[in-house]
Order: sequence, then C-alpha cells, then structure tokens
Amino acid sequence: MSKPARVAVWVAVAIAGAFSVATIALHRGEEISAMWLVVAAVCSYAIGYRFYSKFIAARVLSLDALRATPAERLENGRDFVRTNKWVVFGHHFAAIAGPGPLVGPVLAAQFGYLPGTLWILAGAVFGGCVQDFVILLFSVRRDGKSLTEMAKSEIGRLGGFVAYVAVISIVVILLGVCALIVVNALKASPWGTFTIAMTIPIALLMGVYLRRMRPGKVLETSVLGFLLVLLAIWGGSWASHTPSVGKYFTLTAPTLAVLLIIYGFAASAMPVWLLLAPRDYLSTFVKLGTIAMLALGIVALRPTLHMPALTRFIDGTGPVFAGSLFPFAFVTIACGAISGFHSLIASGTTPKLIARETETRMVGYGAMACESLVAIMAVIAACVLQPGTYFAINSPAGVVGQLPEAATAAISSWGFPVSAADMHALAQAVGEQTLFNRTGGAPAFAVGMANIFSHSIGGQALMAIWYHFAIMFEALFILTVLDAGTRVGRFMIQDALGHVWKPLGRTSWYPSILINSALIVGAWGYFLWQGVKDPLGGINSLWPLFGISNQLLATVALCVATTIIIKMGRARYAAVTLTPLAWLVAVTFSASYYKIFDPNPRVGFLSHASQLAAAPTAAGTAHLIFNDRLDAAVTAILIIMVAMILIESAADWIRILAGRKQPVVRETPFVATRFATEERA
Amino acid sequence: MKNLLARICSSNRRAWTILGAVLREIFDESAYARFLERRQLTTSPDAYAEFLAESRQQRERRPRCC
Repeated sequence: MSKPARVAVWVAVAIAGAFSVATIALHRGEEISAMWLVVAAVCSYAIGYRFYSKFIAARVLSLDALRATPAERLENGRDFVRTNKWVVFGHHFAAIAGPGPLVGPVLAAQFGYLPGTLWILAGAVFGGCVQDFVILLFSVRRDGKSLTEMAKSEIGRLGGFVAYVAVISIVVILLGVCALIVVNALKASPWGTFTIAMTIPIALLMGVYLRRMRPGKVLETSVLGFLLVLLAIWGGSWASHTPSVGKYFTLTAPTLAVLLIIYGFAASAMPVWLLLAPRDYLSTFVKLGTIAMLALGIVALRPTLHMPALTRFIDGTGPVFAGSLFPFAFVTIACGAISGFHSLIASGTTPKLIARETETRMVGYGAMACESLVAIMAVIAACVLQPGTYFAINSPAGVVGQLPEAATAAISSWGFPVSAADMHALAQAVGEQTLFNRTGGAPAFAVGMANIFSHSIGGQALMAIWYHFAIMFEALFILTVLDAGTRVGRFMIQDALGHVWKPLGRTSWYPSILINSALIVGAWGYFLWQGVKDPLGGINSLWPLFGISNQLLATVALCVATTIIIKMGRARYAAVTLTPLAWLVAVTFSASYYKIFDPNPRVGFLSHASQLAAAPTAAGTAHLIFNDRLDAAVTAILIIMVAMILIESAADWIRILAGRKQPVVRETPFVATRFATEERA
Repeated sequence: MKNLLARICSSNRRAWTILGAVLREIFDESAYARFLERRQLTTSPDAYAEFLAESRQQRERRPRCC
C-alpha cells in the first residue's frame, strides 16, 4: 500500500473512532446501538497499537530483532521454545483472559455504560497494554524472570517481599471472590448446579481417556468433553424438572460454599492429570469458543443498549456495590483495563516462547487489547438488559428487600421500572425459580448473553439453554481459576514455609501438600464464607478488595518497569509507565482510604463495624464486626506495603537522576541471534 | 482476478494453519510432540505419562489469570 493510501486509512480509522467515542459520550436520553462501543473500541486499539505501542517499542524500549531471546539461547524443547508469534499471541491471550473482564464491567454497569467503557478503552491503551508489553519485554531480557524476581533484583529485597505479599494476597482474595460468584450463580439453581457438578466426572473421564486411550490428543478429548458438557446442560433441564432429582441439586449458598471449599482442597491435593489438566483444557476450549460466539453475536445483531450512559448511582449510592464513580469504577474494572495479575503471566510462560524481541509488542500489547475487547462485550451484555432487570438481578436483599414486591418497588422508585411479574416471567424463561438477589455479575452477564444469543439461534425457546450455557461457561471458567489458583497459592506458601522448616517446602511430601493446601483453602474459604454470610451480598466488600489488590499488583509491576526504564537511561520517556502508575496510585489509595474510613457504613469497613456494634446484639453480629475489621486490616496492610515499595522506588529514581547512584541494568548480556536472516513470520 | 483469488486462498490456508498451530500450542499437543521428538519416542500411554510427569511442575505452577 502506498504511503498516501496508508495515511488515508489511518485518518479514516481515527475519524471513525473519534466519532464513535463522541457518540457514546454525548448521547443522552435515547438508546444507542452497541456497535458504537465496538467501533470505538476497535479503532482505539488499532490506533493505540499502530502508533503508541510502536513509539514505546522504538523510543522507550529499543526493541532489537537481532538480540537472541531466552527461547533461542536456552532452548530446551520444554520450557524455552522458539514459537511462532501468532501461536504465542494465542497462548498468551488464553492465559490472561479470565472471568475478571466479564464480571467487573457487569458490576460497574450500575454507573451506566459510559464510565466503564471510557475506562476500559483509556485504561487498556495507556495502562494495561503498556504494562503487559513492558513487563514481557523486561522478562525476555532477563531470561524469563518472574515479576517477584525482577522486583527483588531491580528495586531490592523489600521490592521482592512486597511483590510476594501482593501476589499471595491477590490470589487469596481472588479465589474467595471467584468462589462467591459461583455460589451466587448456583444457589437454588438445580439446573446450573447439576451442569457444573457433571463437569467434574466429565473432567475425570477426559483425564482417563487422554492418558489411557488417546494419549496426547487433547483437542479431540476437549471436543468430546465439550459435547458431554452440552449433554449435561440438557440433563440439567431434566434434573430441574424432576423433583426427586432436582432436590439434591437445589442447594443453599452455605452448602455450596462448603462444597466448593472441599472441591478446592481436593483439586489441590489430587494428581494434576486426573482433574486439573483436563478441566483446564475443557474450560479453555469453552472459553475461546464462547468469546468468539459472543463477538459474532454482537456484530451480527447489533443490539441496543437500554442502560443509560450515566445513572444516578455515580454519587456512590448504588445497590450493586457502594461507592462513588471515582475511585470505585476504576477498581471494579481491573481486568479489561489494567490488571496486575497479567504481569505474572507476562513474566511466566510467555517470555520463554518469544522468538524475536520485536514480537513482544504484538504479544504483550496486542493480547491485552483483545482482552479489553472482551470487557467491552461484557459491558454490552449487561447494558442490553432493561436497567430495572439489571438492578433486580444484581441488588442484594440487604439493600432492596427479600420479597420480590419490595425489591421491584425499591428499584422502580429509583427510576428503573420493573415488576415482580416481569422478573418472574424472565426467571421462567431462563429456567430458574428466581433471579432476584443474584449478586456477583455472573447471572446478569448470563441473562444478557442469553438475550443476545436467543435473538440469533432458537429464539425465546432456547433462552433457558443459552442462559445455562452462559452460567456453565462462567462457572467452569471460574472453577478452573479456583483449582489452578489454589495450587499456585499452595506452592507459594510451600516456597515460603520451606525457609522456616525445610520439609514444609518439599512439594512431593504429602503431609506438606495437605497442610499447605489446607492453609490456602482455609484463607480463601474464609473470605468466601464471609461473603456468603454478608447481608449485603459479599460482593459489596469483596470485589472492591479484589480490585484494590489487583491494581496494587499493577502498581508494583509499573514501579519495576519505571525503575528499569530510568536505569536504561530513558528517563525522559518514563511517563509511559509513570502516568498509569500515578493514576493507579490515586485510584487505589483513594479506594483503600474510602473502604477503611468512609463514614457511610455501606462503603467504610470501620463505620459498618461501628454501626453493627451500636445496634442491638443479634446472632452473628460479633462475627460480622470481626470480618469488617479484618477487611480493613487487610486493605491497610496492602496499601502500606505498596507505599513502601513506591517510596523505595522513588528514592532510587531520584538518586539515579541526581547522579548519586550508578544505574545498573540487570539484563542478560547481548547475544546476537542466529536467525537474523530468517524470514519474519 | 485469478491472482487475487489465489492470494485469498493462500492467506485463508495460512490463517487456518496458524489457528491449528495456536490451538495445538494452547492445548499442549505441540509440547507433547516436542517431547516425543526429543526423547525419540512414539506416542503411547507410557510416553504420555512420562510427558505429564516431566511437565508436572510447570503445569502445576502455571497461574490462571483473573
């Protein structure tokens, strides 16, 4: 393509993007098509990738195609393998795409579609994509070192310690909140519970099939597993309509919580090949297929958004979670905009597969842009619902009341009309007994997704199947995070306790496996139990806590990145990571302050504890007060740790910039690639 | 026109090949193939069990993102 033609194309993309963003930002009082969001997103990512990431690659990082990557220098056919860039891209995307970009945007939709959309676009282009890209590149230049190792070597022992604490905290809180989402999606739902219960024997069967009958045929096994899951969805309908069977799968939230805790412990202690690996494959298969289907469904049907651009709840009085637009929209949506967890993936498997340094741009920046698009699809799925329906599903009984009439009256009084009869009809259509008080985002997303799918295939007749397909997809997805996360957390605790008493660090010693599995499951199980027993639905306190810990990990990652950029002598470009870092510091420190000290008991942990203490004593009050104080203490510890790493990093930057310290870049020395003349893939 | 059609067909074929390679990598089929090649083995339940044992540590410690 000639240069004028290229310029014309990019000008057209910029105009289309600007026009779409203006449309979603300025339209008030009338419904808009979801396609505006899609076009705005695609154009923003395209421009961000083409221009901003190219600038970072050339000026800030000076990517060098002639420098051998660890995949080349340390190639062993096992961990370090030179891999085609598209293959690494797919692998990386599959690893970073989790339930976060689906759940966070659905919860943040209580503010309207506009805040979430703008944050996802700006956050990804200037924050999340940049973080993933630079951390991936820095890990590649350090033989695939992990974030914790880089923090230790670049910032100091404190940096490594804080990164470790941030990672273990995020894992524990993430697992607790993920389990809570599954509990809220499956409580009193025999159909959903039956389907998910069946995925366990299906995974075991897949494990045996893969190991004994068709060794290594993972794709084939995953297709078979997927067909069995579809059968299980159909079987769920039968179970829910057969009272003698359905009663065994109609479970309360506490029962489901106990079952999940037992499952987590078993998954952590069982052989990987039997349950964890096949389930992981099945989940990935369903995940990739469903995301592709959802994207196609949205583009083909171009649904209308019924949620207004902004709702009255930007003032902080929202029923889904309490807290004002700033800072809570920005911690509620972490994955999809910027997620610290990605830095673990970008400094994990991916850097060991990169064939050329220049490919880190496409893999790091590009894959995050794709995940951000998934978050935009979640915004759309939530906002195609009538707002009254959205709030009826997502509002906890503690806010809108237990009875359908009370809930609908409260929601209608906010200006979002909905009736008990409408909700009953919707519950019937999706094959549930009720959709009230289904906090956590997953059921609302499932209803939205079923809504979109049922307009393309099967009409209303298949609404229930689509809803349970979506619930199965989310729950399977989340349970995979749960069992893999429990194992990763167990290893982290083993690594740490191994310094205290050597046998506890031995990963093959069964008592150590059992003790450490119990510790990690006990930790996230406590948060889960706390959420289940919380009259405000649990999500109100736990999701912001998860968002804060995730963003704090991103803060650690950006501190590491900024330190390295300054040490590289590129201080004039440090704004590339300093700007998102400053924003995250403002967001997370404000959110933490509000969560601990806000006088509104729905927002502040301590004021909620005081309110409970002042009220007449009821059963369980002391426990709720303890939980509030524990949450406040966890938030405070996290924020203090991150403040320490920030101060340590900033002091280091100042010393280097003032010439009082000699910067030492701890990169692996340059080795020229043997593939310099290889045709670029 | 013929040239354009041929180019489209070729791009299409390449896209499917890459998609297949991506899926094989994501689902560890490529890793197993590399293992067989490295160890000069043919596929069998025993070889697969060995592959699983070898990659156990890496697989167990692989985080799944939120």
